[in-house]
Amino acid sequence: MSINVQAIKVIYRYEMLRAWETMLQSFISPVISTALYFVVFGSAIGSRIQEIEGVPYGTFIVPGLMMLALLTQSIANASFGIFFPKFTGTVYEVMSAPISFIEILIGYVGAAASKSVIIGFVILGTAGFFVPLEIAHPIWMLSFLLLTCITFSLFGFIIGLWADNFEKLQLIPMLVITPLVFLGGSFYSVSMLPPAWQTITLFNPVVYLISGFRWSFFEVADVSVGLSLAMVLFFLALCLFIVWWMFKTGYRLKQ
Amino acid sequence: MQPVVSISDLSKTYADGHQALKNLSLDIERGEILALLGPNGAGKTTLISIICGLVNASSGTVIVDGFDNVIDFRMTRSMIGLVPQELTLGAFDKVINTLAFSRGLFGKKPDPVYLEQLLRDLSLWDKRNNEILSLSGGMKRRVLIGKALAHEPDILFLDEPTAGVDVELRKDMWALVKKLRESGVTIILTTHYIEEAEEIADRVGVISNGELLLIDNKQDIMHQLGKKQMTIELEETISVIPESLSVWALDLSDDGRCMTYTYDPLNPHTTITPLLDSLRGAGLLLKDINTTQTSLEEIFVNLVRK
Repeated sequence: MSINVQAIKVIYRYEMLRAWETMLQSFISPVISTALYFVVFGSAIGSRIQEIEGVPYGTFIVPGLMMLALLTQSIANASFGIFFPKFTGTVYEVMSAPISFIEILIGYVGAAASKSVIIGFVILGTAGFFVPLEIAHPIWMLSFLLLTCITFSLFGFIIGLWADNFEKLQLIPMLVITPLVFLGGSFYSVSMLPPAWQTITLFNPVVYLISGFRWSFFEVADVSVGLSLAMVLFFLALCLFIVWWMFKTGYRLKQ
Repeated sequence: MQPVVSISDLSKTYADGHQALKNLSLDIERGEILALLGPNGAGKTTLISIICGLVNASSGTVIVDGFDNVIDFRMTRSMIGLVPQELTLGAFDKVINTLAFSRGLFGKKPDPVYLEQLLRDLSLWDKRNNEILSLSGGMKRRVLIGKALAHEPDILFLDEPTAGVDVELRKDMWALVKKLRESGVTIILTTHYIEEAEEIADRVGVISNGELLLIDNKQDIMHQLGKKQMTIELEETISVIPESLSVWALDLSDDGRCMTYTYDPLNPHTTITPLLDSLRGAGLLLKDINTTQTSLEEIFVNLVRK
């Protein structure tokens, strides 16, 4: 038995079924939140803001809003997916099964990333109702979308493994990720900030994600696309290394 | 015959310094039912958890059917089914789905016919579409057994399978275990209940403080460590045992009505007839004679106390 394909299938299906059964929470809720952002920022406030680098404000915020949803949903889905079996004790079955850590990752992280991709497209469709949209580089847009979903699902998986209570599960998404996304240029261009803040902002990794993603839509970016891509790939590699180490040492999984 | 599981010098020390296993070695024979007895904290669950891959051993090896359980974990784990002590189940999962999940997790393709038969054997077929949340404790325990058997394992570990289970269900469980053994499955169970070991096990191992104190055929343990007692009830009370009977080391009850003779049934020098002759010679009239054998429980308690 070289690859346990059946195990990957059942974990993936189980996680997707969980999202389907809690559709309101999994899919409808992020769409409603994003629609509200469009109404408030895009229509109400956005109508009084000039174009940013040639792009109407309502349209300009679409990639940022998608990123906001993708990051938070990827982390939430993946962290809960592994935390809950740990919490209830059912994780014993996965840990005693003939399955490698890569297969566990493909199952759990693959499902979490898939859900995020679906949410991303639903939000994109929703945005189309509010603002005119054109995607300059669809392949790049798709690549950034997939890489972001996979990377942040991996990050969520790490949080789910690390957390030993519900408070910790919420801690990083609430106190770290959400501020980073809001301060990462979701609703503005970094060039709109005072020079000092522009420099500080460059230490925020989310800036690179949003910038690259926005470039794929409008060919407008705060940093170069190559740098954005390199940052995503670096973070992906870092997350993979951390998960590998966690499984190798049995961190919070095995005593 | 090569043992199906061979454990050599297994030790486990947890991060808090607690040494749960101390150089434990054990061979489990193919097709047997082995009961591991031991008080709480003896190391039984740690031992099972290491074999199943849930806990990392500090040192020592576990070989399952010729494969190392760390290096060849895919081979060893696919042969093993585990029923944990706690009722750890997804509350909102349907019974049939959770069994199908377990089967897939262990790399087996879906087999609805096998799962149907398994659920029927466990008297759960009628509940197949119920959420686990709605099941009784006994049914949940059976679902756990079903999950452990879903991938048709050769070796089944049952960690205190009848803890908190009523008598009727316990007997059902014993019948199921015996049936599984008949189908060729090797079964290792841990238990607090001596009667469980007495009822279904072929061999009994006693673990205490991380060490295997004893492992042997159940009957041999009873013979080797068990004592028999003969209680002699007298027609008339006596105040002291007659001098002529001192060689038999009899105990006299407080009311002077009964004498107790403790003997080793395997000792070839133990004979009852000379004692009865001596009693007659001492002029004592006997009302009744009763013999009892030390239970496995008494043997277990004595071993652990040492």
